[in-house]
Amino acid sequence: MKRTAPLLIAATVGFIIIFSTFIPYTESWGEDSMIWFDILAAVAFVLGGGNLLKMNLKKVSDRRPGWAYSAIMIAAFLITLTVGLLKVGTHPNAVYWNKPWSGDYIGEGSALWWIYEYLIYPLTSTMFAMLAFYIASAAFRAFRAKNVEASLLLGTAFIVLLGRTYAAIILTGWLPELAHDAEPSFFGQLWNGLRLEKLTETIMGVFNLAGSRAINIGIALGIASTSLKVLLGVDRSYLGTGED
Amino acid sequence: MYEFLKTLDRRWVFLLMFLAVATPILLKVTFPEKPSAMVMDVFRAIEDLPEGSKVLMAWDVDPASRGELEPMASAFTRHCAEKKLKMYYMALWPLAVPMIQDSIRILEREYPHLEYGKDYMNLGYKPGNEGVIKVVITNIRKLYTTDHYGTGVETIPMMNGVSSVQAMDLIVNVSAGDPGTKQWVQYVATPFNKRMVAGATGVQAPQLYPYIPAQLIGILGAIKAAAEYEQAVIDGYPHLARIATAKEGLRRMGPQLVGHVLIVLLVILANVIYFIGRRRGDTR
Repeated sequence: MKRTAPLLIAATVGFIIIFSTFIPYTESWGEDSMIWFDILAAVAFVLGGGNLLKMNLKKVSDRRPGWAYSAIMIAAFLITLTVGLLKVGTHPNAVYWNKPWSGDYIGEGSALWWIYEYLIYPLTSTMFAMLAFYIASAAFRAFRAKNVEASLLLGTAFIVLLGRTYAAIILTGWLPELAHDAEPSFFGQLWNGLRLEKLTETIMGVFNLAGSRAINIGIALGIASTSLKVLLGVDRSYLGTGED
Repeated sequence: MYEFLKTLDRRWVFLLMFLAVATPILLKVTFPEKPSAMVMDVFRAIEDLPEGSKVLMAWDVDPASRGELEPMASAFTRHCAEKKLKMYYMALWPLAVPMIQDSIRILEREYPHLEYGKDYMNLGYKPGNEGVIKVVITNIRKLYTTDHYGTGVETIPMMNGVSSVQAMDLIVNVSAGDPGTKQWVQYVATPFNKRMVAGATGVQAPQLYPYIPAQLIGILGAIKAAAEYEQAVIDGYPHLARIATAKEGLRRMGPQLVGHVLIVLLVILANVIYFIGRRRGDTR
């Protein structure tokens, strides 16, 4: 029963959503199913939050390696949650000036805005920005023209790296551009196509596009077959092992 | 020298990258941008809309991608405001809401004649990823009974006659990943034949090119396209050139140019060392 009920729910809802796409009469059934999904997704936040607290509190209480990070995480989590639940607003409130912290609780100057603007944004941006340093270091250490394939990759990388900046104009801006009002000659097209920004467009729009299309079609076919296996109960891995 | 370069401490590379990025920022170095054909397709998709057209502004972003995506989100907002389009903001990512607030602050400060509820509104965030898209495309009021601030949508003038996202004349999506542009294309633009443009991170953009031009009119890929789009908007509305924040993408192209050139030079240097070492029979 523990495994049969989720299987039946998944199969029923899955097929309802498929039918609602093709049969107009069942469109509202699909809508209702998706709203149930959205409600469950909202409940999952509570479940996720509870689980996050449980795991990290255990790590702190066991004094496992890195427990201090867990303590910081718990403090940050609880502060943000409290500020959000209590709707701590700006101070003073222009209308109810004698009620402290009762102003706009989302807008500029509110506690949540401060947490976002001065904690979340700088921290996540820093993590993202550090990629520039690691990419430069990794490129210096690993990017070698050891064979033909590596050389082609290297050449493509150079073109795209330079073609996505003004360096393309500095380096190849002297090559003539195609005139819009004239019939392009062979050499006109050739010179225009050799400009770095045009080469970049060609790489992205031809070679990359062809590869992306092939991958996307492959993924789509894979998703369709995996989904059918899940709906028909052939693949039950999403239910877990049942041991816990 | 060869030995020093071969065993170069990576902290030297970090220092060089820091200088490459910091110098153009501190010296405020900018470069001119010429909008590409794809950027002009995106520009025209908004420019050709008649005044009062409804535009869904779906911001599916997080703070990590703010550096790359905020300039294009701001440029989309300014362009739609200049065209007097009706803007409906919404988000599938919880941390996108402050970025919607940023866009709304642009409207409040630079376009004070535009009114909340009549010219623009914030539907806010709903959990459920693509599940949200699947509902709002057939019935937006089933999920959004209020706007982000708790006002009933039935009392908001610009929601009159809007029963679903199908009422939109254009979908503008700024996306940092999934759910994002891919899901809006799959569940809205393609099955309901809706016109859509998007802005995406450099990492994500190549995966979205296959949707152009049938399912997506165009895409702004990374900060380079954001800068070109800003230039296109400034060319169309020259008074925007006086606003410093309307040129954020253009400003960020300076560090990008020097950073990219540095990486190219480092790779060339590394290969020179590699070939010298190979000639010397150095296999370390």
